[in-house]
This record gives sequence, C-alpha cells and structure tokens, in this order.
Amino acid sequence: MKLSGADIIVRTLIEQGCDVVFGYPGGQIINVYDSLYKYKDELTHVLTAHEQGAAHAADGYARATGKPGVVIATSGPGATNLVTGIATAYLDSVPMVAITGNVFASQLGTDSFQEIDITGITLPITKHNYIVGSVEELADTIREAFKIAVSDRPGPVLIDVPKNIQVARCEYEPQVRVVPDEKNAAKDIRIAEAAKCINEVERPYIYFGGGLISAVAESELTELCEKIDAPVGCSFMGLSGMPTDHPKFLGMQGMHGHYASSMAMHNADCIIALGVRFNDRVTGNRAKFATTAKIVHIDIDGAELSKTVNPAHALRGDLKLTLQKLIPQLEQKNNAEWWETIEELRREEKDTLDNRDGMTPRKAILTLNKHLAPGTPVATDVGQHQMWAAQNLNFKNSRRFISSGGLGTMGFGLGAAIGAQMGSGEHAVLVTGDGSFGMCLNELATAVSQKTPLVILLLNNGVLGMVRQWQTLFFDKHYSNTVLDRKTDFIKLAEAFGAEGERCTTPEELDAALGRAFETKGPYVVECLIDKDEFVLPMLPPGGSMDDIIVKVGD
Amino acid sequence: MAGFTVAVLVKNQFGVLNRVTSMFRRRRFNISYLTVSETESPEYSRITVGSSGSDTEKRQLFDQLYKLPDVCSIKELHDDDSVSYELLLIKVKNDPETRSDVKDAAEAFRAKTVDYTRESVIMQITGSTQRIDAFIDIMRDFTILEICRTGVVSLERGSSTIRKTELEL
Repeated sequence: MKLSGADIIVRTLIEQGCDVVFGYPGGQIINVYDSLYKYKDELTHVLTAHEQGAAHAADGYARATGKPGVVIATSGPGATNLVTGIATAYLDSVPMVAITGNVFASQLGTDSFQEIDITGITLPITKHNYIVGSVEELADTIREAFKIAVSDRPGPVLIDVPKNIQVARCEYEPQVRVVPDEKNAAKDIRIAEAAKCINEVERPYIYFGGGLISAVAESELTELCEKIDAPVGCSFMGLSGMPTDHPKFLGMQGMHGHYASSMAMHNADCIIALGVRFNDRVTGNRAKFATTAKIVHIDIDGAELSKTVNPAHALRGDLKLTLQKLIPQLEQKNNAEWWETIEELRREEKDTLDNRDGMTPRKAILTLNKHLAPGTPVATDVGQHQMWAAQNLNFKNSRRFISSGGLGTMGFGLGAAIGAQMGSGEHAVLVTGDGSFGMCLNELATAVSQKTPLVILLLNNGVLGMVRQWQTLFFDKHYSNTVLDRKTDFIKLAEAFGAEGERCTTPEELDAALGRAFETKGPYVVECLIDKDEFVLPMLPPGGSMDDIIVKVGD
Repeated sequence: MAGFTVAVLVKNQFGVLNRVTSMFRRRRFNISYLTVSETESPEYSRITVGSSGSDTEKRQLFDQLYKLPDVCSIKELHDDDSVSYELLLIKVKNDPETRSDVKDAAEAFRAKTVDYTRESVIMQITGSTQRIDAFIDIMRDFTILEICRTGVVSLERGSSTIRKTELEL
C-alpha cells in the first residue's frame, strides 16, 4: 500500500513494537502528528510540557524496560530542546530513537525559519544519526535506527526527516521487528586466561556497572560471586542490578560510595570488572587506584578496555555469554580470610553511619524504603538527594533505579519518572531536590494530564547542596550562588498544576504522607524539609585516592 | 609519541568525513595529515589519516573508529609493508640570481617544473613525506611563495587489501 512519509514513520514505529512515544508538535512535524491522530488506537503519544521532558521520559521508559524509548519533536528549537535529553541517554548508554522534523530539503542550508542542523549538533552525542534523503529509504532508516540503538552497547539514534519526505508517498510493506546484532562471547583463549588468573587470587572483588543490566546478566553475576566467594560492589549505574540485601553485596562504590565497598576494592588482589568504564568518579586519582590488583575487565565495547585503566585481562564480548563460558572454568572458592577483612570493613562502615534522630536525609530515604514494592521504579534528579538515594535505597529488581549518572543532568528526574512509570506500569517514585526540581517542574503538568501514579519526594534544603558541600570543604565557605532562598511554596505549586501535596518535618509525618501519596492515583508531592548543611558522606575528594576518604566531618 | 598511518574504509555517504574527523576532534586525537577519495567501489570511500600517540592511545583510536556505524574496516599501514606517497606543489620566486641553484636542487630531487613565468616557478614532486620535507627545507634557501601538499596516500604491499581486514582484540 502507498503511504505518506508521515504515515510510514508511525506505521514503522508500531511495526517495531513501540507502544508509546513522547513528544511535542510543531510546524515541521505536523504531518507526523496528523498520522499519530489517525493511528492513535495503536500508538499512544504523550504530550509533555517541553521537548526536554519528552526526551527524559523516553529515556526513563527505556531504562525501565530495556526497549528503545521514542521521542518526537519539531525542527529548530524543538530539536535543540532534545539535546540535553539525548546527551543524558548517550552518556548512560540508553537505547533511544529521536525523530525530528526539518524544513523542506530544498531549503536546507539556507537558514530558513526553524531550520537547524540537528544532525551536526547531535553528532557527538548519538551513536549514529541520519538525515533522510528520500521517502523510499525512510522505513528502512527507522528500522536500522532501532537496530543500532539496541545493538552492542546501546545508545540514542536521531533521525531528521525533512518536511518533503513526510509529505511524499511510496509503497510501505510492514516488516518484523529488528533483532539486535548477533552477540558474541569474548574469545575462548581470553576467557581461559582470565579464569586462570581468577583461580589464583585470594582477595577477588567483583565490580559491575550499567553494562551488566544492559546485558541482562544479573543471574550470572550472582552465580559468579557465589562460586568464587567474592564481595560485590557496583558503580552508580549498576545500582539495582543486584538485590541490595544480597549477603555478598557491599553497595555502590566511588566518590560517594559505601566505605566497605570502596575499601574492599582498594584492598583486593583482583578486580573483576563487568560492564563498567572506570569513570573518574570511581577511580579518583588513577595513579593510586587499586595499585595492587590485577584487573579482569569484560565489556561489550572494546574502546572501554583501553580507555582509562590498563587491565591485565581485557575481554571484549557480550557479558552474559562471556560469563556463561567463564563460570564453569572457575574453581569453587572459600576466601574465609578475605571475608574477615570484609566483615571488619562492614563494621567500620556501620560505626560511621548517620543514625541521628530527626529529619535527616538518610532517615527520609529509609522511610521511603518501607513503602517500595520490588517493582517500584525510583527516579532521581542530580545532586545530594541523588547520592543519598543511591546510598540508602533498597532494591529488589533490576532496572528500578532511574538516574542520570554519566551526564549528571539536573531536571532529568520528573520526565524520566513519567516514562519509567509508563514503561513499568508500576506506581513510580521521584526523589528530587529543590534545585533540580526547579529546573523542569513544568512536567508536573504532564504527570497530572496523564494521571501518572507518581510519588515525588522533594528533599528541600533551600540550597544547591552538592555545590554548597564543595564550597564548605574546598572553597572556604564562599557560598557563591548556591543559597536559593526562594519563596516557592511547593505545595501550592503542586496544587496549581492540579496535583496534590503536603509538607513534612519529621520522619513520622513523612511516613504517613508517603502512605497517602502511594494511595493517590496521580502525582503527589511530599516535601521534606531538611537542613542546608547536611553532607553526602563518605566522600572521596576529587582526584584523591582511598587514603583521602572523608567519612565524617566535624563541626 | 610515535606517528602512525591508518587507512579507514568508510561508506561513501554524505557527511561521512565529518563523522570521522568529529570523533578525532572530540576525543582529542591529533590529525597530522588526511586524504579521502572514492575507491574501486562507489559504495566506499577511503580515508588515509596520520596521527600520533602511545600504543594505548592508538588502540583507543582504532576502537573508537570501529564503533562508528559508517566505518567498514580499519588497517594500520606500516612503513615496511606498505607503499606511501605524497605529492607536493611548491611555488618559488623566479629570481635571476638564484634561478640556477633552484634548478640544480630541483634536478637533484627529480622535481618537475609544471608552471614557469618570469616571476615564479611551480614544481611538483612525489615521494615519501621525508623526501618532501627535505625538498621544502632546501627550498627555504630561496623565496617560497606558497606550498600545497596532498598528505599521504598509502596501500599495503602484496595482494591483501583493507576489505579483508577485521579488527582483532
């Protein structure tokens, strides 16, 4: 059958298994919106308040489901508003397909109204992008984009569709959903060498990241740590990849990681790194990072193996398949002595834990934990609240921590929470701070329109806390532009948007408020007032090593 | 910081050179020379690029190149098993006092005169980068008006080709 390019876009999205798209209409994408109207029974479109929110929602949807999130925007400002969202997805390897309209191809390059070179702009923040040259190649381009988005190391792909392509007509034949490129395990010889190394060590430490979740290798991880009797830590992006209460799990490590987890990594004689990239937030000073450990690094992306640390064993391959081949070659171990050290570290960590009474950030997150179901997706924004959430949230199921790790995008959370809710079908949570929330709170309108079951836990300290923490520690308490002192009434604000909300000052009030929030079928803001001088601890100072770790700050 | 030459076979598509060089720029890899042209098949273009760095940096460059969807294959070309040439056009002042010296130098380097006026001479020379550098160095004794060189083009010796290469780790 002959269809317009706009129809082909929508039909191909449906054909590729897409059930919801996020976006915002405009002049150069209006034809696609006409097709969305036509096919609205088969494909839901969620109108956001801003294109950035749509991009974050598509991202949140993808993180919660593993399926590519799809976002649609018009040319010019619509397209540029996607940029932060696309970059966020790129840095965290999230599969996403972004479709933008553009002016007639004959007008490209002439600075026409709302014309922008979005393929040029997004070149460094997409896995690949396209500007479609003819309607005949449109469907195949979208299919290829889906394939690239989910294959190997996932990431965002952008397709720019000039208006004339949306109008032109050609034959369209539905096709089956694309499958990712064939996955391969690392080379047998490399696996054997790594197995030999792991079998010889006494203090192994497993360190996994977001790549483990992308590869769906959670059960292989459990099998591995039990077989070699190794403690497990994760990067920020790995959170929720292993149940928090697993006896071998020490928690996140890195700049604000768990003390025991970071110290165990520092003292290990072998680090088995699974789907991680040894980011500077993890290693601190690279020259002093885990100097005594042999590193076995497995990653789907060969470029990560040579980027920052030189591993003793670099295995390029799909994590799940590689672990399935590696585990049978490993000996069953009992590292009793190593575990004595670990338990000692755990005790030390426990001694430094913040157990103060009152409305502390940790108390707030622990109170939230009581209300979480195994499937509850928890999104965050970026800053202190994000780290408190990362340190203290309890996770049961994978893909339930939705947070911007690589780019650290303030304003990510609300859009992402909406997307994660739609993808998971679960009552979702957003943990945010007053700074981040202020950036993209316009998406409250979207949550209200969509009747999104969403609990928004707003930790309000009246300051940009993370920057303030650095100013306290490293800039002589020069609180330059971090004291917000705004007069925003977040409860009235929620009500103005058509949502509900309440404010609490004690953990007991918070507990009761969360109970009411989870009973509500729409967005519900729970504002929690906390002190402006709360710290995120422990803290590894930037560029420092484990010897410089700060676990407590005096008055 | 050893220099190296790498040949990259890419899909012959609009903007492909930009995609490749954009990666060099954002990952801060140096480009010392670069040539690009269509190949025996109109589907592919071949980029020959010179860069420098440690072995780890070189490895990283290849890995990052390999990830670009438009890149089909990559091959490092070593001096001992490949042939590499560059072409130079050099315009010098045609000064009666130095005319015979310029001519002698040109003969020694087997440079070809391709344009001759009362005021200027353009010479052409093909050869290795070192040979061209040496010729330019000699010409600095006279008055160089302008220079244009192509950058290196390079092919592996023998029957093996870039199309049969696969990046191994």
